[in-house]
Amino acid sequence: MALDAAWADKWMRLSAAALSENRQRLTTLDREIGDADHGENMERGFSAVVEKLEADGVPETPGAVFKTTAMTLMSKVGGAAGPLYGTAFLRASTAAGTAPVLGPAELVAVLAAARDGIVARGKAEPGDKTMIDAWTPAVDAAATAESAGSGPVEILTAAANAAEAGLAGTEPLVARKGRASYLGERSAGHLDPGAASTALILHAAVSAAEAAA
Amino acid sequence: MKKLINNPRSVVAESLEGFGLAHHELVQIHLDPDYVLRRDVPVEGRVGLVSGGGSGHEPLHGGYVGRGMLTAAVPGPVFTSPTPDQILPAIVKSDSGSGVLLVVKNYTGDVLNFETAAELAAVEGIDVRTVVVNDDVAVEDSLYTAGRRGVAGTVLLERIAGGAADRGDDLGKVAEIAERVNANVRSMGVALAPCTVPHAGEPSFTLAEDEIEMGVGIHGEPGRHRVAMTNADSITDQLMEPVLSDLGVASGDRVLLFVNGMGGTPLSELYIVYRRAAKILEERGARVERSLVGNYITALEMEGASVTVLRLDDEMTELWDSPVNTPALRWGV
Repeated sequence: MALDAAWADKWMRLSAAALSENRQRLTTLDREIGDADHGENMERGFSAVVEKLEADGVPETPGAVFKTTAMTLMSKVGGAAGPLYGTAFLRASTAAGTAPVLGPAELVAVLAAARDGIVARGKAEPGDKTMIDAWTPAVDAAATAESAGSGPVEILTAAANAAEAGLAGTEPLVARKGRASYLGERSAGHLDPGAASTALILHAAVSAAEAAA
Repeated sequence: MKKLINNPRSVVAESLEGFGLAHHELVQIHLDPDYVLRRDVPVEGRVGLVSGGGSGHEPLHGGYVGRGMLTAAVPGPVFTSPTPDQILPAIVKSDSGSGVLLVVKNYTGDVLNFETAAELAAVEGIDVRTVVVNDDVAVEDSLYTAGRRGVAGTVLLERIAGGAADRGDDLGKVAEIAERVNANVRSMGVALAPCTVPHAGEPSFTLAEDEIEMGVGIHGEPGRHRVAMTNADSITDQLMEPVLSDLGVASGDRVLLFVNGMGGTPLSELYIVYRRAAKILEERGARVERSLVGNYITALEMEGASVTVLRLDDEMTELWDSPVNTPALRWGV
């Protein structure tokens, strides 16, 4: 099994499928504390990514897949999610470089770069009740797994599970960034929709890696 | 959900098509990516004024494209900011060589997407400045929130900055006037009933029969707290108090009073609010020199209203009165 361009392509397709299946759930989460468009936006963006990959053919490197993803999300998603996920995949693309296959260390670097890009754009910190509350534990778990000598599937699984736990951890938080911050204390008791889409996307990375195994 | 639509996904495009047909003498419509341009762009020797944001706030922003206001407007999907690939061509086509001022409401998505577009426009050699409108006193501006939102004050800013651009002020001067409007305008809104975003299909929030949401933004998203339903005068008092104390309105101040409908409240009720708000200003010793009442920045069919007070100076008043010819605001022509 190798984290090559076919894996990255599969990752994006499985992300699109997961976001489409969960469109209503994400929109409902967003309606509770935001403006009810996250599911719609993410489905529209990732469907466009799949269309672009199908129209252009699968690129030669994971980095090139991430770049196509970044540019498409930036031009199709809008809202806050477009620039945030767009920047994440753009930074991931840069970190992946022209390598045809990502090894464990490169994989962790890619995930960390994605997280750092979201932080740079959105200026959120852990505890602000944003997608960073899923991304940060995911990157930490991936780094821990990698230093313990795990392979790509185990690293991605650790990341996805940590993102899921991070998502659950957003429930009691009071939002300090984005539209949910206007609710103040009333934002507590709800899951963050951006953390929910992050968990879906990272789980899709695991499924893609297992399929490539 | 009962709406006069064909398909939730084609609401923006079909609405834009109709808007373009109805106002073809003033505007031209570009679809995919979506943006609205003045019929006569670029206007030689004039700074371009470009704004945009989610759809569902009509007539903002497309309704304000034309002489004396915006050069271009960029509509996103309903309640979702537009993307940089829409905003960039609107900037490029609005630039006559005199530069472009972007008017951005302080919402996270709007700020991020316009920021990206401004960076791309700068790479193309266009002189771009940005003013971020944040007139909503319902939201505390602190390190722990996204900051005060841009709401109804945006309409007043677009008119006055547009007047400055139309008389030939340079980019620095237009931006300075826009910042001056932003520094002197405050708003606060209330919702009596929610709206339904077409693609969501369900109301964005729920309110009991006897409660109202004080301090809503233009999507119905809350700002302060839910309170018991009461009469119009009492609601107006609750809207005006934070506006006036935040703006620091004093005796002798000259102001523009703007009562805006959110889309589902009749004009008669807006005038009832205006009546009380004007009386409060009079009691403070402020002079209401200009006014605006109507549905100018809406939240689909949400029931509710906002009050906006702008402290005027001579130049702002002169620019407010200067000719404007747009689908939604027109005088002096």
